[in-house]
Amino acid sequence: MRLLNTLRNKIDKALIPTEAREPRQPESARTINNDTDLNDMLTTQSTYRASFAWPHLVAVAAVGLGAVSFLAPAVSAQTLLNVSYDPTRELYREYNEWFADWWVEQGNPRPHIQTSHGGSGAQARAVIDGLGAHVVTLALAGDISAVATNTGKIPADWQSRLPNNSSPYTSTIVFLVREGNPKNLQDWDDLIAEGVQVITPNPKTSGGARWNYLAAWGYAQENGLDPADFVGALYRNVPVLDTAARGSTTTFAQRGLGDVLLAWENEAYLALAELGEDQFDIVVPSVSVLAEPPVAVVEGNIPDDATHALATAYLEQLYSPEAQAIALKNFYRAWDTSAADPADVARFPDVNRLSIDYFGGWEQAQPEHFGDGGIFDQIYTVQ
Amino acid sequence: MHLRSFAIKSPTPMPGWGLSFGIMLTMLSVVVLIPITVLLWRGFVGFGATGMWEVINRPRVWNALELSFRAALVASLFNLVFGVLLAWVLVRYRFPGKRLIDAAVDLPFALPTAVAGIALTAIYAPNGVLGSVIMETFGMRVAYTELGIWIALIFVGLPFVVRTVQPVIEEIDRETEEASATLGASRLRTLTHVVLPMLTPAALTGFALALARSVGEYGSVIFIAGNLPNVTEIAPLLIVIRLEEFDYDGGVAIAIAMLAISFTLLLAINLIQIWSRRRMGAV
Repeated sequence: MRLLNTLRNKIDKALIPTEAREPRQPESARTINNDTDLNDMLTTQSTYRASFAWPHLVAVAAVGLGAVSFLAPAVSAQTLLNVSYDPTRELYREYNEWFADWWVEQGNPRPHIQTSHGGSGAQARAVIDGLGAHVVTLALAGDISAVATNTGKIPADWQSRLPNNSSPYTSTIVFLVREGNPKNLQDWDDLIAEGVQVITPNPKTSGGARWNYLAAWGYAQENGLDPADFVGALYRNVPVLDTAARGSTTTFAQRGLGDVLLAWENEAYLALAELGEDQFDIVVPSVSVLAEPPVAVVEGNIPDDATHALATAYLEQLYSPEAQAIALKNFYRAWDTSAADPADVARFPDVNRLSIDYFGGWEQAQPEHFGDGGIFDQIYTVQ
Repeated sequence: MHLRSFAIKSPTPMPGWGLSFGIMLTMLSVVVLIPITVLLWRGFVGFGATGMWEVINRPRVWNALELSFRAALVASLFNLVFGVLLAWVLVRYRFPGKRLIDAAVDLPFALPTAVAGIALTAIYAPNGVLGSVIMETFGMRVAYTELGIWIALIFVGLPFVVRTVQPVIEEIDRETEEASATLGASRLRTLTHVVLPMLTPAALTGFALALARSVGEYGSVIFIAGNLPNVTEIAPLLIVIRLEEFDYDGGVAIAIAMLAISFTLLLAINLIQIWSRRRMGAV
């Protein structure tokens, strides 16, 4: 046990920067700190849990263990891991700072918040395979549901636990065209014309691309066209299927390929801001989708009540007027505009946005359109 | 008796046999054998042979497998020819900047393949430096076609042939070539009958390594391929697509198919190598 403690201290020193570490205490007064998995591994879980129920028994055990005591609750910095998807990088960088300040104002120690970004599906898979996310903030409800069904670490009714289908902000799909819109692309039916090149990622590998596909499908259905034919014609105009949204943006913006990029609205504005407003225009079609990137607490990865409180507050505060203003500033369509800069709100034109329910919910849309042998695969079936 | 002596007693008088053999076995198990066994176990026992065959036996999967192996073979053959040439130039000639070029050969090893893919795409895209020239002169697109996949695979496989052949060329005695010349052989005959046979085993090793490397290459190809199903969609991308759908079994099935084909190819190359070594006799 002594050896383990020495080892633990060594790892502790190596992993945690000096300023974040709790003040050093004499060995006998050291508290059990089960914030991290590492400590869970070193002090047996049952011993710690039991410490509240049978203090006497544990007292004996603690004497046996020698170096460990349980006099005070842990006061070290809490950590929170938010596993998110690619385009939220800028949003969460800003929100994390705001939230940490807010959390301190509530009388808590400053939390240590980490955010991981990647393709939404790949991030969900990482959590399924054991990445210790405390909260997930992904692109599609389907990805969070996949974590729920595959691991049981998220309760099945997760989407009803927070307002608006657990989606604190929404987005939609718009067209990014070259400056001046040389091919005069105004709506979805302009995209299936001969000679128009459309850039969109592969809906099999990109969550955003599924929304692109569904938006086109919804347009056809709303206008009395055969949706399968329409979407087939659209994808025949796609010269490159990148694997992720950022790849498509690069293909369109840097490689100069294609006449129109189907993009998240927030990505399109980000592209304008970073690549120059004089190069591209944003066109909002008559019909698009209500993309709801949802959030959830990964209950199965929460080690204790304190972390649970932190994780819950982290997601709940996304709905606060201040956080909603941050989302609007980062080009997301948020719900509460009370604290936002009016310019950030006025940016978004009205559009007929179809929610996933229009397509029967992800449970139905995912296998029907994007599953193995689904409608998207049939577009590419060899004749 | 023979087995026992193998297991307990060192088969050679060299010291340290037990320790080094143990380390070798542990390392190989942890890094290679156990993961591959788990893969095969998951495929054959967890998923079943019929299920795997159903996943593989589809036009789209066949097209992807064919593309992956065809592109890898083309790129490795290209590297075989030009890699030997490059190694020859680097060993036999003296020219300024030789060391620099020698070091540059290793760059594909050092560069993250995604970076290579993005760089190659930027150059060979229709608006890129080389891509635009090729487009104007030949009317051909390079990036987002199979040609682009070949170029990416040539890039990642280049060092293998050069680095395996180079030391062999350095070892060749000049006298052998001189003897061939004094015996009346033409320069071409010396090359085809004396020099190349000596290089064949090493070149084949390099070819096999390059092939194995490029069959599974994902990072660089994905950026330059265009990824259109049945046209420029490589087999590793199909595996990734399966994983994105949380269909681990489907991914495992395609992976095992690739493993089986690769294994057969490498076995064939090894047999050719043994044959060419035998032909070489005691040289």
